[in-house]
Amino acid sequence: MKKPFELHADYQPESFEFTKANKKKVEKIIALYPKGRQQSAVMPMLDLAQRQVGEEGAKMDPPVGGWIPRAAMDTIAQMLGMPNIKVYEVASFYSMYNMAPVGKHLVQVCTTTPCWLNGSDDIVKSCKSHLGIGMNETTKDGKFTLMEVECLGACVNAPMVQINDDYYEDLTPETMKEVLDLLGEDMKPEVGSQKGRKASMALSGPTTLKETAKKAKVI
Amino acid sequence: MTNEKKMLRDEDRIFTNIYGWAGADLKAAKKRGDWDKTAALIKKGRAWIIDEMKASGLRGRGGAGFPTGLKWSFMPKESDGRPHYLVVNADESEPGTCKDRDILRNEPHKLLEGCLLAGFAMGAHAAYIYIRGEFFNEGSAVIKAIEEAYDAGLLGKNAAGSGWDFDIVLHRGAGAYICGEETALIESIEGKKGQPRNKPPFPAMAGLYSCPTTVNNVETIAVAPTILRRGASWFSDLGLNEKNAGTKLFCISGHVNQPCNVEEEMGTTLKELIEKHAGGVRGGWDNLLAVIPGGSSTPCLPKEICDSVHMDFDSLREAGSGLGTAGVIVMDKSTDIIYAIARLSYFYKHESCGQCTPCREGAGWLWRVMTRMVQGNATVDEIDMLWEVTKEIEGHTICALGDAAAWPVQGLIRHFRPEMEKRIMEYRKRAA
Repeated sequence: MKKPFELHADYQPESFEFTKANKKKVEKIIALYPKGRQQSAVMPMLDLAQRQVGEEGAKMDPPVGGWIPRAAMDTIAQMLGMPNIKVYEVASFYSMYNMAPVGKHLVQVCTTTPCWLNGSDDIVKSCKSHLGIGMNETTKDGKFTLMEVECLGACVNAPMVQINDDYYEDLTPETMKEVLDLLGEDMKPEVGSQKGRKASMALSGPTTLKETAKKAKVI
Repeated sequence: MTNEKKMLRDEDRIFTNIYGWAGADLKAAKKRGDWDKTAALIKKGRAWIIDEMKASGLRGRGGAGFPTGLKWSFMPKESDGRPHYLVVNADESEPGTCKDRDILRNEPHKLLEGCLLAGFAMGAHAAYIYIRGEFFNEGSAVIKAIEEAYDAGLLGKNAAGSGWDFDIVLHRGAGAYICGEETALIESIEGKKGQPRNKPPFPAMAGLYSCPTTVNNVETIAVAPTILRRGASWFSDLGLNEKNAGTKLFCISGHVNQPCNVEEEMGTTLKELIEKHAGGVRGGWDNLLAVIPGGSSTPCLPKEICDSVHMDFDSLREAGSGLGTAGVIVMDKSTDIIYAIARLSYFYKHESCGQCTPCREGAGWLWRVMTRMVQGNATVDEIDMLWEVTKEIEGHTICALGDAAAWPVQGLIRHFRPEMEKRIMEYRKRAA
């Protein structure tokens, strides 16, 4: 569930400016769309702002993950010649834009039917008990925020979670804890299947393309 | 037709790197046959490509199953000064579906080559690939492939030596199922909330930036180069019949021993698909309760139908469901099927864009009543009311999300009404 849109909350910074490097990226983004259609850049720019806040936030104590302050939306509106409200509308419509501060690692557990059939309830329990927080809450050390999300499109690798940009798939309550532990210690867990299978191939081995598999030394 | 005939041979599979054993890079892709004499295909002309696509019998792989060649032919033959656009729908978000993800990360060059061929056939010099924002790593794989293709002269001016200029831009979404609807997707690229447009005008007349636009699913575009190279008749000979032709990527999730994605022949039987590729139903075929055959919006089918149904557009429609995206969700007898469907109602409530009243209010209402149905805290009459309300939502909204919210509940009532009534009786007994 998306955090509410609070334009005047205490955590809102006074101002926002893209870094020099990101300003260059903005120019490149705008150039991807036809002349006069710069409004198309609003989504990639919101994403860029969120990433910038996240990068700066990672160095803070306690750390903060990526989110989009009101000042960033106002800056983007000005850069693109859009009314502020049009940017707020976009930012509040899409679920990936965080409208309030989150933890450094945003743990999003998929609980839609295909994941639920394969035990996402246990993954939720595992996250809650291991992190000591409930849904939409952040750990005191600022490292983790827990959320429930709708289908992330990795159903044959269920149950799965997304943490920041990465998918962790084929989870069990135990491997879920291992992933969280590694991230908590600023280490990088293996992304993808936690059962070691390649992409969406059957865990027991491929049922098709066996000659190719042999050549690739998969079987 | 015998069962033996329906198993696809490896040499007829299009996606030979679907599991990512080899690289997704250009060199590895070329070894698999991608970008092979693309210019020669283009030199055959727009009409040839569209006729070939029509003859192949390919139907859109995103869910609706509209004939692809026909869709391409709707684009104006001559430009009236406005540019034409190809838009690729990579917003894959239908629960149960994860096939495009494998194309995007493991076979991106098939998609890019398909963009060039499709774009040329519809007079477009630019394609936008709209990928769901959550697919961050998959998007990065596509960007890498786009850069490789530009460096190799396969995109840009005189793309692949064809004499046709062609650009591809990747646009990332940011979390909204509704952007899988083609006009919501177009709105989203234009930098707005993803709310579907009223039609007409259809995108082929006024789509992206009010210009002629065709929106196709990733798989539809990615199979086009192979079809054009190997010939329409090769593709149309595969599958169940000419209206349900070719190969298809299936995603088999839920209560199977070996969940997986697999490319199979269109019209293979559901039972074969599950038993040969997904290791069978947990606890054996007789432990099967129901299957959602084509992604969450297609109505579930009970075991009696699953025993013999074929996996193609028309067979599944006759069975009261649909092929949709071919996201097969398998549920064994341990499943609380009322909850399984109620969870989908929550999904649609969450994803309704809020534009049309029947969907915005109806999807939430369905979820609230379904939540009571899970407990049994309802009356038997309310099952009829639930059915009535789904009929009030279906067909009364701008886009198909309203229908998609209604169908799973209808499937449940159609096939599992006794289970719902039993739940209500048990609840009453406990309450008394």
